[in-house]
Amino acid sequence: MAEELEKVDAVIVGTGWAGGIAAAELTKAGHKVVALERGKAQSREDFIGAKDELKYSIRYHMMQDLSKDTVTTRSSRKDVARPVRNNSRARMGNDTGGASAHWNGVSFRWMPYDFEIYSKTVEKYGKDKIPKNSRIQDWGITYDEIEPYYDKYEKTTGVSAEENPIGPWRSDEYPNPRMKSTPSIDLFKKAGESLGYHPYHLPSGNMSEQYTNPDGETINACVYCAFCEEHGCDFGAKADPIVTVLETANKTGNFEIRNESTVTEVVHDGSKATGLKYIDNLTGKEYIQPADIVVLAGFVFTNNKLLLKSKIGEPYDPETETGVIGRNFTGHFSNISTYIGARGFFNDKKFNLAMGAGSLGATLDDFSGDNIDHSDLDFLHGYEIRYYHLGKRPIANNDVPEGTPAWGKEYKEKNLFYHNRNILVRAKVAFLPNRYTYLDLDPTYKDELGDPLLRVTVEYQEDDIKRAQHGVDTCEEIVKEMGADIIDRVDVDDNAEFDHMFYTNHFIGGAIMGEDPKTSAVNRYSQMWDMENLFVLGGSSFPHVSSHDPTETIGAFAYLSSEGMIDYLKGDGGLLIEPKEKKEA
Amino acid sequence: MADNEENKKGKASTNEEGVDPTRRRFIKNTGFVIGGVAGGSLLGGLFTSQGSKKDEVKEDDSAKATPTEARMFFERYEDFVVLEQATERILPKDDSGPGAIELGVPYYIDKQMAGTWGINGTDYRQGPFVTKEPTIDQSSLTRGQIMISGIRKMNEESKKRFDVSFDEAEEDQQIEILTAFESSEIKMYGANAGSFFGLLRELTIEGAYSDPLYGGNRDMAGWKMKEFPGAVPSYGDIIEQEEFVKKDPVSLTSYQQKS
Amino acid sequence: MANDNKTKNPSGDGVDPTRRKFLKNTGIALGGVAGGSLLGGLLVSQSENKNDSSSKDDKAQAPRTRGREFFARYEDFLVLAAATELIFPKDDNGPGAIDLDVPYFIDKQLAGTWGVNDDDYRQGPFDEKKVKEAADTANHARANRGQLFIDGLRSMNAESKKRFDVTFDEATEEEQGEIMTDLETGKLKMKTLPSDGFFELLKQATLQGAFSDPLYGGNKNMDGWRMKEFPGARASYADVIEEEDFVELEPVSLTDYQQNI
Repeated sequence: MAEELEKVDAVIVGTGWAGGIAAAELTKAGHKVVALERGKAQSREDFIGAKDELKYSIRYHMMQDLSKDTVTTRSSRKDVARPVRNNSRARMGNDTGGASAHWNGVSFRWMPYDFEIYSKTVEKYGKDKIPKNSRIQDWGITYDEIEPYYDKYEKTTGVSAEENPIGPWRSDEYPNPRMKSTPSIDLFKKAGESLGYHPYHLPSGNMSEQYTNPDGETINACVYCAFCEEHGCDFGAKADPIVTVLETANKTGNFEIRNESTVTEVVHDGSKATGLKYIDNLTGKEYIQPADIVVLAGFVFTNNKLLLKSKIGEPYDPETETGVIGRNFTGHFSNISTYIGARGFFNDKKFNLAMGAGSLGATLDDFSGDNIDHSDLDFLHGYEIRYYHLGKRPIANNDVPEGTPAWGKEYKEKNLFYHNRNILVRAKVAFLPNRYTYLDLDPTYKDELGDPLLRVTVEYQEDDIKRAQHGVDTCEEIVKEMGADIIDRVDVDDNAEFDHMFYTNHFIGGAIMGEDPKTSAVNRYSQMWDMENLFVLGGSSFPHVSSHDPTETIGAFAYLSSEGMIDYLKGDGGLLIEPKEKKEA
Repeated sequence: MADNEENKKGKASTNEEGVDPTRRRFIKNTGFVIGGVAGGSLLGGLFTSQGSKKDEVKEDDSAKATPTEARMFFERYEDFVVLEQATERILPKDDSGPGAIELGVPYYIDKQMAGTWGINGTDYRQGPFVTKEPTIDQSSLTRGQIMISGIRKMNEESKKRFDVSFDEAEEDQQIEILTAFESSEIKMYGANAGSFFGLLRELTIEGAYSDPLYGGNRDMAGWKMKEFPGAVPSYGDIIEQEEFVKKDPVSLTSYQQKS
Repeated sequence: MANDNKTKNPSGDGVDPTRRKFLKNTGIALGGVAGGSLLGGLLVSQSENKNDSSSKDDKAQAPRTRGREFFARYEDFLVLAAATELIFPKDDNGPGAIDLDVPYFIDKQLAGTWGVNDDDYRQGPFDEKKVKEAADTANHARANRGQLFIDGLRSMNAESKKRFDVTFDEATEEEQGEIMTDLETGKLKMKTLPSDGFFELLKQATLQGAFSDPLYGGNKNMDGWRMKEFPGARASYADVIEEEDFVELEPVSLTDYQQNI
């Protein structure tokens, strides 16, 4: 039987940005916190000398062990879902720091439009503009209200950036100047400008200079070694929870991370959570960690699975549109976001593409959110255009012009010739929630412990495909302006279906925030409507995915939520904000 | 296997380590009779590189020989030579540099199949599995099992079409068979043939461009021809340069700390 | 880590040979967090011994398997190296575990199927504490061999720091011996299994690394076999087996023995 441990103020699932920020803020305020981490202990020392593409990028060393738990996926309600069996189709984080240890560092704010997408759309275009199956909804908070928390996150993580010429207002400047530039970045920016757009450097969680944050943690200057994505930083030069918030929490003396601890259930009495039940992976022993507040800060799949498994909140049903847990699942799906665009091959230009950093590059916002007029377009929202100078590692990058055989003599010749002579300009496309894209428990497949796997159903809608195709057109225009000799579109088919890839790690929703408990699971503080001392943090709380990377928004809401938790622990309980019943759906 | 035809298709000669290259002398010295049981397994593979002249093995040979160049996974030499030829067709030797065999790609694949990748160590492995021509991911067979199944099917197909084993077939014939796999025209046990071909192609590329630590990319020649510098600690001082910067590559053996 | 004197520098490989220059060029200031991870480790192999006279030859000799696949933390690897050397030390007969590349052999084994107990029966309940024979306890632990090694090595290191105020690899041979004896007799506290079980596992892996075919990354230059006067994969003894005297034969590795192309 499970051994019950001594009660603490707060127990957290996960040690990524969401869990790490909550841990830092709560422990600084004097609360005793335990974080339960499914993966192994990980520190900077684990990343020293780790420039091993095969181990980290191709064999996914830092990702979840799928032999223990995975998800099943299908691209239609009518299909039987199949499990994601191998990490080549998923990049779910694991170990201390979670996915935030092997992320690239791209640090965007989302737009004012995102938080009030329903109201702003209706106001500008009328209600009929919203596609039939779309379920866009306001978040119950505005950009002005979340702005101070964006600022706080940027200062904790030392975001190195230049101002977005058409970006939303900011209360302060970025803490660090932008990253270095390269000839190919300059070429992209020049092409964007001459087309009348507003390119700027990618806001980066790799440091342009050595930086000490307000908590006193130092992050080193990036050396552009190009082993960033899927790797831990060799030099402590990428903002991650290990070098920042977890370190801050450790220094207080109020914090403990328990690694190799797989949480199996939120223990509760129907109205309040009493703690977390977990298994020590190494010994198989079961424990219950009681706490005054319980924080779920795992990846979107972990949070949703724990809620469904612990029978907290009503599961969403797409047929009746009742229930909330599992609704509004969205994300940057590989084949209609992120890995689409246009590739340019240059016969006379050769770039230093082996060099780079996780968030080195440039971007433009001219097509994001409602920055373009949608009156004559058959989609809402938009996309970000990006040129990424990640560093081209040789196993993963073998691009040849279309029409080249996939192997053999000609393949080899072109592959080698173009390796440092081709660049991809991509469209990172928003995905709006729809009635039939959701999460529930799989009826067939089980995890290591015999519990059902989480099932992911993703049905692309026509407007999602139109939005993505528009993005590819713009990429092509820019690559042409850059002067490429051969341009290949990395295109989106009219009949594109979800490709069962969870490669971008940008997956969102299932336990979303809002003002109305009928259509949301949590409030702006990530506090469960149905269970006031349970906080569900991270991407799972966003009603939709914007065109931009979600990490900074996860960080900002984790700061807001932490404030709420501290207030909650101070007070006599109750909801931190009262629900508002929506007049009409 | 025909020893003397081995240089035909760009086979690498790693057999310069001072061991007796001829089978005949071995057989003579050790007193085995030609024929009898030897015809099957004994002559079929094992002994050609093993000399009997003990004084011929020189002291410094072992330093030159790469210790990873022996087989952990592929027990049958016959399977291994098919693998060699298939990878060489995918990434052939040419003016820009060595092909798969010279890069040690077959030995790289051997190590991968012998390791956790070959047994789908961290994959979800509970059924039900897809049974009709599954992709590699959805098959109930491990990658190692699929590799053997595919390689043997390739050989069988060559014998059927051309009356000769795959490794002995002409380059055009080999390409014909590989193309038939790539397009899933051939049916094989355990996986869709196109998906198997995808695995083979992916492993070939990995073996050419992964750190030499894993047994491929011999002498970092894969990186050299791709102008990829490997584990370079910093580009901070040169990333802004206009010109392409050529650097000698650095392997993990050099980069990581040593005890 | 004061192991710099032990550091071999296999090659310059065109990288900046001095740590100072590297830091200067990249603008990383000394101090700050650099004291921990940055200076603590990484750049050692590219630094300092540029005058090492052996560096030219080393390039050819350093087997490519001398890179770490399993051990991410250098400190764990140093403890492993010191522990294996203690079990199988260098002496007049020949090289010890470190010179035989035993630590690299173990690294490869743990990165492979053996490290994750692939062919083992792996369902609970696990009762490693009730197993009588120390050599069998590791087979009955819930943690796999890779996890047992991490737990065991870190427990040894923690004990060394506690008792002697120094990491295990920096401790004197006597101090190391004291901890090893505690490990062997089951007295060292470990989370995953009784420590004598880990000792058996460590010893077994050390001997395997000394005497297995060089294909697996240990038994460097077949020196383990030479010391043991074991000839490796010789095809036949038919012509010498009747001899009265002990026959010395140069060992043959699988790389030579198996058919090569």
